[in-house]
Amino acid sequence: MIHEQSIREILTSLDNKQYSCRELVDHFIARASDADPNLNAFITDTYASARNEADHMDKLRSNGTAPPLAGIPIAHKDIFCTRGVKTTAGSLMLDNFVAPYDATVVEKLSAAGTISIGKTNMDEFAMGSSNENSHYGPVKNPWSEKAVPGGSSGGSAAAVSARLCVAATGTDTGGSIRQPASMCGITGIKPTYGRISRWGMIAYASSLDQAGPMTKSAEDAAILLNVMAGYDEKDSTSANQTVPDYTQSLNQPLKGLKLGFCKEYFGDGLDPKIETAIQTALRQFEAQGAEIVEVSLPSSKHAIPAYYVIAPAEASANLSRYDGVRYGYRCEDPVDLEDLYKRSRSEGLGDEVKQRIMVGSFALSAGYYDAYYKKAQQIRRLIKNDFAQAFEQVDLIIGPTTPSTAFSLGEKTSDPISMYLQDIYTITSNLAGLPAGSFPVGMEAGLPFGLQIIGNYFDEGRILNLAHQFQLESDWHRLTPEATT
Amino acid sequence: MSRADWEVVIGLEIHTQLKTKSKIFSGSSTAFGAEPNVQASAIDLGLPGVLPVVNKEVYKKAITFGLAVGANINRRSVFDRKNYFYPDSPKGYQITQLDLPIVENGQVTVELPSGGTKTINLTRAHLEEDAGKSLHENFHNQTGIDLNRAGTPLLEIVSEPEMFSSEEAVAYARYIHQLVTYLGVSDGEMSQGSLRCDANVSVRPVGTIELGTRTETKNVNSFKFLEQAIEYEIERQIQVLESGQTVRQETRLYDSVKGETRPMRSKETATDYRYFPEPDLLPVEIDDAYIEAIRLEMPELTGAKSDRFVEQYQLSQPDALSLAANIPLADYFEEVVRSGGDAKLANNWVRVELLAQLNKDNVSIENSPVTADQLGTIITKIADNSISGKIAKTVFEALWRGETKSAADYIEEQGLTQVSDSSSLEPLIDRIISENPKQTEQFRAGKTKLMGFFVGQVMKETQGKANPQQVNEILNEKLK
Repeated sequence: MIHEQSIREILTSLDNKQYSCRELVDHFIARASDADPNLNAFITDTYASARNEADHMDKLRSNGTAPPLAGIPIAHKDIFCTRGVKTTAGSLMLDNFVAPYDATVVEKLSAAGTISIGKTNMDEFAMGSSNENSHYGPVKNPWSEKAVPGGSSGGSAAAVSARLCVAATGTDTGGSIRQPASMCGITGIKPTYGRISRWGMIAYASSLDQAGPMTKSAEDAAILLNVMAGYDEKDSTSANQTVPDYTQSLNQPLKGLKLGFCKEYFGDGLDPKIETAIQTALRQFEAQGAEIVEVSLPSSKHAIPAYYVIAPAEASANLSRYDGVRYGYRCEDPVDLEDLYKRSRSEGLGDEVKQRIMVGSFALSAGYYDAYYKKAQQIRRLIKNDFAQAFEQVDLIIGPTTPSTAFSLGEKTSDPISMYLQDIYTITSNLAGLPAGSFPVGMEAGLPFGLQIIGNYFDEGRILNLAHQFQLESDWHRLTPEATT
Repeated sequence: MSRADWEVVIGLEIHTQLKTKSKIFSGSSTAFGAEPNVQASAIDLGLPGVLPVVNKEVYKKAITFGLAVGANINRRSVFDRKNYFYPDSPKGYQITQLDLPIVENGQVTVELPSGGTKTINLTRAHLEEDAGKSLHENFHNQTGIDLNRAGTPLLEIVSEPEMFSSEEAVAYARYIHQLVTYLGVSDGEMSQGSLRCDANVSVRPVGTIELGTRTETKNVNSFKFLEQAIEYEIERQIQVLESGQTVRQETRLYDSVKGETRPMRSKETATDYRYFPEPDLLPVEIDDAYIEAIRLEMPELTGAKSDRFVEQYQLSQPDALSLAANIPLADYFEEVVRSGGDAKLANNWVRVELLAQLNKDNVSIENSPVTADQLGTIITKIADNSISGKIAKTVFEALWRGETKSAADYIEEQGLTQVSDSSSLEPLIDRIISENPKQTEQFRAGKTKLMGFFVGQVMKETQGKANPQQVNEILNEKLK
């Protein structure tokens, strides 16, 4: 089946004229048209432009001037600005916003020849771990209609998992690529902070936000990361470092690789089945020549409170621009300026977003700044130091991505703390700015779950290498919701 | 109690627009006077997903200013977000510098109009972005927003509260204005908002140490208004205190029509700005080499230039200072000297003739129709007696009016060179003496005033080209 093929296999098929770009794109559009009314993975489809682009790519292929990924159907999380296409960030606030420019990630992937078939659903402004905070309604987990897909990149994860597109873009501020990847049984990587430009990516928490690929396999992730990564003069925080060819490191032997087993990750709250699966994976890595070393990350326990101060603080400022003045949602008949602000924001933003804006405003306000924001930054430094020490002993750190498999829709919506604990294993790498990936290592009660690999700065290649070596020896990443139902 | 019983304490925050082609965080033009919003890019509009990138030119301007006031240049400075909602603030926050400004601890000494000098310490100077403008008029009872100015780079220069009169405050503000203009840090166009003052004013009973409660009068954009606003505040605060009330710490606005200050709405003053470090920008790291390179490129400061002019060109102190205080004029002067030689003549011509013409025709020195090179030629010809001062003025005026020939060619073609050749002057003078026997007789009888008559005759015959000094000499000889 075309939709089970890897990017490399598709490119070969296209080269061999087994099908055209147009046929390829039509295949995925047909799948998406069929499945999405139920899944709700997409907010906006771009089928018409996708077909045109496919025809164009076919022409380029026939005259030998096609870019490297010509014809690969993808989808963009609706947090990336796309010129001429509605870009909502999952919010009523931006329901009428058509971006006048492309995000750098979008621009690079288009230049490489990929074709976007739509914009994927997400938690509003990327705030959420279940995709239930979208103005456009929740996304269903392709593995179970009753389960959430995870969030905030839930639409992208569901679309890739259900094979509605070959790959998708996501963003990760506290786990928003890795957690839904784990819950939907796909591979996702959040690169080092600064590895991928944030230009055109709607900001949630600027010092934590990072884009990344969400794919069926580590190999596909490496191929997309090659395109997405790189310095961008339009983003001062992007890293001015050369981008290696990530596909080159995929096949490095694991012999001598030191893998950190972080004891703090395996305590209360972790589903024992997930722990067992991770132990099994570790045995496999050992068998492939890797060495397991126990490491400690003692400050990890402070990560969630620190994150829920820093991220809302930055968000409180980042979302101030949505004021009803220049674009976006504006309330009906405001009586004066204050009314315009109050009602536009009260009506245009969802509850979780408003809650985080209030938390963040509080944390930054006079008299509380030192107790909250400043203290959270100190914790952030401690977490960084923990990792720096751990990476003196090991090359990669292994742990779970999520405490459990996908929970039920509505299960945690009234319990924010329990919802926030979803990110307990993923948040530390955002706070430290480290790269981390998740790939599927098991199933429980029909739902997939992932293993997380955290790497040192700019060591994405090694993360993908380990995941790829695992995927060469296992089939978890090949399981699809269709095959199981 | 009377005014004499109170001591006034003033500190100024001066916002000066930096003279850069593009904005501080976007590539949009900073030119003044464009149609609303044509100079507002996605970044200036605060669209979703945009990011600021610092225009490096602003570091250079800030450091130039810092060096000129002997300040510390912080090797590491940090941008912060200052959060507040206002329609002309498109992001809902202003990017500024709070805890780690680029410039700290400078000092200036200014001359006071009433005599003497005053030294004022500068607390800091930090970089920030300007806001846009709300337009309340001609909008059918709505408010229009023009974001052309949003993101214009500003350097906010903060003084210590150590000025004790409006005279000192205005003298300081004028000095800063002159300095930033001279350094090319700002264009100094106050009518376009390039320099705006916030005046912090308080009063306390003479002899007390503790500062009184201050008010901040914002956005005063002329020196006259600054003086009026401060004077008004002093009187108002004294009245409040003498009537037994207390001064409220508040932000006020100066109404130049009514000549009074009044409080801004209290809601705007009660804002908690929730500052925190701007996560979209890395800390600004400045190294010594960068600072030294700027120091080398800096224009000579007024004092140093004036001293050099006295030394190098033997100008009087006041002449040197008046040239040095005006960079383009001083540059023009030095160019005239380079191509013309005589500094004393150049000084007179530039400061008197040229300035008079520039003022009369309202032309800037950069657009002078007479180039420094041409004026240099004219002065050379005066110095070597080729032309008289009077002819020189004729030449200068012709060039000013648009004569396109070079000064030398014009003098040559119009035959304006002085006749200094005695072999051609002597026969002419002999003839004039013989043609005017009566006057010759009277002169020889002692009526020496007639010398003017003879010189006039020679000038008439030579159409003014004879060297007057030489004519005098020959006449004196022949009329003996």
